[in-house]
Amino acid sequence: MTTATATRGDERIAHVGLLRRQLVKPEFGALVGALVIFVFFWTQSSVFVSSAGVANWLDAASIPFGIMAVPVAMLMIGGHFDLSAGVQVATAGLATGIMTTYWGLNVYASLVVSLLLMLAIGFVNGYLVTRTGLPSFIITLGMFLGLQGVNIGATKQVTNKVTVDNLNLVPGYQFLKDVVGSTITIGGGQFPIAILWWVLFTAIGSWVLLKTRFGNWTFATGGDPNASKNVGVPTNRTTIALFMITSAMAWFVGNTLILRSGSLQAQFGVGTELIFIVAAVIGGCLLTGGYGSVIGASVGALIFGMTQQGIVYAGWDSDWFKLFVGVMLLLAVLANQFVRRYAEQSRR
Amino acid sequence: MADIEVTEDKAAPRNDTDAPLLEIRGVTKAFGSVISLADISTTVRAGQVTCVLGDNGAGKSTFIKLLSGVYRPDQGELLMDGEPVRFGTPREALDAGIATVFQDLAVVPLMSIWRNFFLGSEPTKGRGPLRRFDAEKAKQITRSEMADMGIDIRDVDQPVGTLSGGERQSVAIARAVHFGARLLILDEPTSALGVKQAGVVLKYIVQARDKGLGVIFITHNPHHAYPVGDRFLLLKRGKSLGDFAKSEISLPELTRLMAGGAELEQLAHELEREGDKSGALGRELLEDTKTLG
Ligand SMILES: Nc1ncnc2c1ncn2[C@@H]1O[C@H](COP(=O)(O)OP(=O)(O)O)[C@@H](O)[C@H]1O
Ligand SMILES: [Mg+2]
Repeated sequence: MTTATATRGDERIAHVGLLRRQLVKPEFGALVGALVIFVFFWTQSSVFVSSAGVANWLDAASIPFGIMAVPVAMLMIGGHFDLSAGVQVATAGLATGIMTTYWGLNVYASLVVSLLLMLAIGFVNGYLVTRTGLPSFIITLGMFLGLQGVNIGATKQVTNKVTVDNLNLVPGYQFLKDVVGSTITIGGGQFPIAILWWVLFTAIGSWVLLKTRFGNWTFATGGDPNASKNVGVPTNRTTIALFMITSAMAWFVGNTLILRSGSLQAQFGVGTELIFIVAAVIGGCLLTGGYGSVIGASVGALIFGMTQQGIVYAGWDSDWFKLFVGVMLLLAVLANQFVRRYAEQSRR
Repeated sequence: MADIEVTEDKAAPRNDTDAPLLEIRGVTKAFGSVISLADISTTVRAGQVTCVLGDNGAGKSTFIKLLSGVYRPDQGELLMDGEPVRFGTPREALDAGIATVFQDLAVVPLMSIWRNFFLGSEPTKGRGPLRRFDAEKAKQITRSEMADMGIDIRDVDQPVGTLSGGERQSVAIARAVHFGARLLILDEPTSALGVKQAGVVLKYIVQARDKGLGVIFITHNPHHAYPVGDRFLLLKRGKSLGDFAKSEISLPELTRLMAGGAELEQLAHELEREGDKSGALGRELLEDTKTLG
């Protein structure tokens, strides 16, 4: 212990150099990775850095991956997964679409009902996880399968198709499309406004996580739920809130998607939940909870977007994309392990 | 242990005029078929230290978890200032002014010292949606509280997991001292510490007492308990061996009672028969039991 080390105190700080401080930041690895991948595809194709190219990969990164990576990272830091996050995106958009085009409900009323539905789904996920103490993996796997069935079953029932469309014929559509689905042209590239929403949600998510009590409780609940409970952290409420935030973001993303094009496939979202998790892990979130960064997760989604489009620009077969993502994920997990050990390295 | 008088700590009126800070009446706690605690009673007064002694598995931690809102007693009751209280969660106990240093310390290793210090009791600034954790204040208080404990914290941003066992313990103690408005509970706070640091903790207990706080100090070391304690509750396998005021028991009696007299002698003889090193230990133990008994 250190009662007698006052005189040596300052020397010890010197050991924690700039590099180590940066390494300790969870998003460090993702930032380096993003830079490497950017430079790599830049050398492969000049289109990659053209305005149109940048717009393309930013679009691929932002929606649904980037925006969903924000709450998924927070949830993972809080110690849980949501395997139903991907299909929830579809549930939210399909619900709005069915209520407006098939049931004739006002579009704003439909959005509110859809939001309430999503919050209820998030609540059920969180409640079951906290109440049963079962791994969120298994609870949300159930929700994933269930919602996948509902998405397709309900859509077929109402529309006799596997798509909900014609939202663009609904009154009030154009204004909402402008808010979430318009594009801004810069230097010939069409930048979807979703990129701005992505940046905004990343900033808000990061602020909440690092600067608020709720953020402190999120880290603590994921780090050691028992210790947290014993010092008065409402761990169950925190967990339920994190699941509800995830569902609320799925509401935003699902409705943005259907408002952008006027239609949405009932099967949409299946498989994306894993990409959200991959983005969070590449961004430095520990699978075991208690550590990670929202900015990192967004950079993880950016890496995903750059790679997906970069492979096309480089003229490779896009089938190689998944291999790329797989290798990156493994590298990220190894790097996280290393960074964590380094960060925790004891000076006992 | 000839004339130790066991005070029955029932609701009977005492010499003191005011109600004790916390009174524990006949609490019982079972986990499934394991009865961890059976019919335990004691009192804690403001400005006094109640020590809870017992071997590993005696039920000491279970006992304090009943007082700090982690568990609810199956039977019996708690009275604060003479009024019955029930703590549904640790939060409720904290709000009543009871702060606990748990044996496992209840710190989150990956979080920084200052975040751990204020975990669950974060100071905030700003209003409405801009209400946020006042990090500057938290860091500054953490630094000064740790300094008050004689711990020079190099960097309050350091994850608690990178601290030594003793430093971690100091963080947990400093936190409880900071938030314990009325009653401070410490579960074996000296067990991971060296002699010198154990002394610092004992000094802390005395300071809290002198500030008028009630203190519950759990230990299995009578030499730590006796100098600071005003009251001694002895537990063995979940049962009370007695609840003594300091005037009713001496240190040798306390030690002997704790060690279980005859058992210790037996152990000493067994150790003496073994090799050199433990033989020395055995002789020492035997000496001890002789002087005590
Ligand atoms: N949560 C629990 N579930 C089951 N048994 C428990 C639990 N907590 C404590 N016990 C049992 O109660 C007894 C007393 O434990 P404890 O209070 O931790 O003892 P001490 O702190 O005195 O070493 C032990 O036999 C222990 O196994
Ligand atoms: Mg114990």
